[in-house]
Amino acid sequence: MNDALFLHRIHFAFTITFHYLFPQLTMGLAPLIVVLKTLAIRTGNESYNRAARFWTKIFGINFAFGVVTGIPMEFEFGTNWARFSQLTGGVIGQPLAMEGTFSFLLESAFLGLFLYGEKRLGKWGHWCAAFLVFLGSWLSGFFIIVTDAWMQHPVAYARLPNGSFTVTSFWGLLTNPWALIQFAHNMCGALATGAFVMAAVGAMYLLERRNHEYGRIFLRVGVIAGVLASMAQGFPTGDLHGKYLAKHQPVTIAAMEGLFKSETGAPMVIIGQPDAEHESIDNPIVVNKVLSFLVYGTTAAEVQGLNAFPKDQWPTNIPLLFFAYHIMVGLGTVMIAVMAAAAFLLWRRVLYCARWMLWIVLLSFPCPYIANTAGWMTAEVGRQPWLVYGLLRTTQGYSANVNAANSLFTLLGYMGLYLALGILFVFIMVRELGNGPAAAEVHSIQPGTPIATA
Amino acid sequence: MESTWFILVMLMIVAYAVFDGFDLGAGTLHLFISQTDSDRRTILRSIGPVWDGNEVWLIAGAGTLYFAFPALYAVSFSGFYLPLHIVLWLLILRGIGIEFRAQLSREIAAGLFDGFFALSSGLLALFFGAALGNVIRGVPIGADHWFFEPLWTTLLPWGDTGILDWYTIFTGIFTVIALAMHGALWISLKTDGGIRGRVSMVANRIALILGIFTIVGVPLTILARPATVANYLRHPVLFVIPAAVIASLYLAWIWNRGGRELPAFLASCAYITSALAGVAAALYPALLPSSYGPQFDITIFNAATGSYALRVGFIWWGLGMALATGYFIFAYRMFRGKLQEDSIG
Repeated sequence: MNDALFLHRIHFAFTITFHYLFPQLTMGLAPLIVVLKTLAIRTGNESYNRAARFWTKIFGINFAFGVVTGIPMEFEFGTNWARFSQLTGGVIGQPLAMEGTFSFLLESAFLGLFLYGEKRLGKWGHWCAAFLVFLGSWLSGFFIIVTDAWMQHPVAYARLPNGSFTVTSFWGLLTNPWALIQFAHNMCGALATGAFVMAAVGAMYLLERRNHEYGRIFLRVGVIAGVLASMAQGFPTGDLHGKYLAKHQPVTIAAMEGLFKSETGAPMVIIGQPDAEHESIDNPIVVNKVLSFLVYGTTAAEVQGLNAFPKDQWPTNIPLLFFAYHIMVGLGTVMIAVMAAAAFLLWRRVLYCARWMLWIVLLSFPCPYIANTAGWMTAEVGRQPWLVYGLLRTTQGYSANVNAANSLFTLLGYMGLYLALGILFVFIMVRELGNGPAAAEVHSIQPGTPIATA
Repeated sequence: MESTWFILVMLMIVAYAVFDGFDLGAGTLHLFISQTDSDRRTILRSIGPVWDGNEVWLIAGAGTLYFAFPALYAVSFSGFYLPLHIVLWLLILRGIGIEFRAQLSREIAAGLFDGFFALSSGLLALFFGAALGNVIRGVPIGADHWFFEPLWTTLLPWGDTGILDWYTIFTGIFTVIALAMHGALWISLKTDGGIRGRVSMVANRIALILGIFTIVGVPLTILARPATVANYLRHPVLFVIPAAVIASLYLAWIWNRGGRELPAFLASCAYITSALAGVAAALYPALLPSSYGPQFDITIFNAATGSYALRVGFIWWGLGMALATGYFIFAYRMFRGKLQEDSIG
């Protein structure tokens, strides 16, 4: 692997990973804010409105960080992946441009309406504004998923005489089955982030013995949403995604599972360290026949191992892929367990005073962030050595005219800048959480201040 | 279809320059023309609710470029690698500066964020102007269709130049001045009292300097790339564009002196629009000329994607622009009129 290619890959990986910390929370919070607004209307309890306002403020801060870290992403396709962009812009330029044109605009417009319109719109109008913020943020996510799904599973394209790809069916591109499955799986993950964060803040307030009323609301809504999201994350969306992956990228599944040789009744490795050189797994702990069952629904089925494929089609970093996938699945399981236990205690009406459980809920808020990041790494590392699966290799896509030093220079620049941003973000979040929901008052209609600080 | 998209992309660039232009200009000026913290807050409030909407045009414009002219997007973004990333850093700093200034209420933090905001606004204007200068001057695209330019090599008018050379630094400063006037006219439109008088006087002086730059700019541009006049000589009707440039600048100056804020600001919009139209007319059908000769130019024909993609893009693009326009009208109507004196702390 030559230096420039490696640096361009790290460059994109670093900036996208940092960026996605913010949208996953905004996409997850948006539907929960709609739930809070619905509860406010149904119960007539003003606390729900104040809770919604509080979370809208958190949403706004994350939205602003998401926007400023998202803008570089749109440009990095061109700066660091120029040959890829030149060849594929005729296809994936469409969803990316749609994201820029529609969703971003609608999101900021609706967010403005939601933030400043509470008095003027009335309770149903304001509910609609919240719903539109939700719709806008999920639409935005959909266009990005469509882009990635086309790279994973290219559909609806033709090649022009100069070798570049152009889209042949707009609807075919948008309804790529891969995109629909991936979107469902991804949005469950985002919802889990929103739910875990909301529940953790609720748990924190109860542990601190302040903001009792809000602590209970956050915990109740967060735990119920959390248990639904983390279960749906595994089944059906994760299950479907895995089966679809096995059908279209069987070599990826083999590498994810560390299955070097084809086997009938293939085992599932729970923990181990794949050794790609010797084509074996060190220190494996396995469960027999589970992999065959998970992929094909029967323990007798044969699962193709890596040896069934030519080596030049193997994912380039098998250990990383293996770990990313196992971290995702492992944490996903932990998340289901935590939320199921919390939901059980909620049902038994003892959650609010079960301090040990509140501690667990509070401390588990990083889980969905890590699991979502690991999930995206699984998807993107698993797609290697291809940029566009089966059509364009990663080695053919980077900006060959930009040398390694330039890429390293800007990578270091982003690292420094994002470190500062991260510190600022933590500082602002800690302060907002300290202020608490009781401070969240209605804003005047005059839009005199920027969105995030409103 | 390719020509249609050339016009549409140009329209989006114009929209970006006109809209984000005034908040970049206001940002550049706000440290210099404010006497008190309240002045600074007033200026920030005059752009606060609209600045991120204005930036949408940059995002949408880059996206449109990506799908309609992928080759241009790829070649220019990678060729201008370093300045483009610096622009992105500045955009981040600027967004954080304006959004979170009020969050950190301590005075020292406000000063720091104001500094970020002013510096990044000014440098962004400089870089955008330099980028325009590069597009006019042409870049060293060879037979392999790619190029890469360092940030600077020599400032002398000969030899292998970098992205910043005598001509592009000139266009950069030119842009900073043009946007400063644009921003000053916007602030004057949105404010009252002492600050309005000061900013209007500043706009007046900047307009004079801008006039000199405009007049000097034409021969310098022809010197930088003689081919820029070819389209004009072929279609003399195009000379109406430079005439509009001069006329709108004159009107902006006169109307600002007469205290007619809205006409003066609109004249400034017309000035920016016609100046960019002049560049577009000189370039067509090239999108990014090569300094090695027209056979290596990136044109709308060799950069465009397939015709189906261009047609289907036209449909949703039209829909998106209709929505965007509606939103802009709504947002600017809600925000119309003068700001109250520091009503929000």
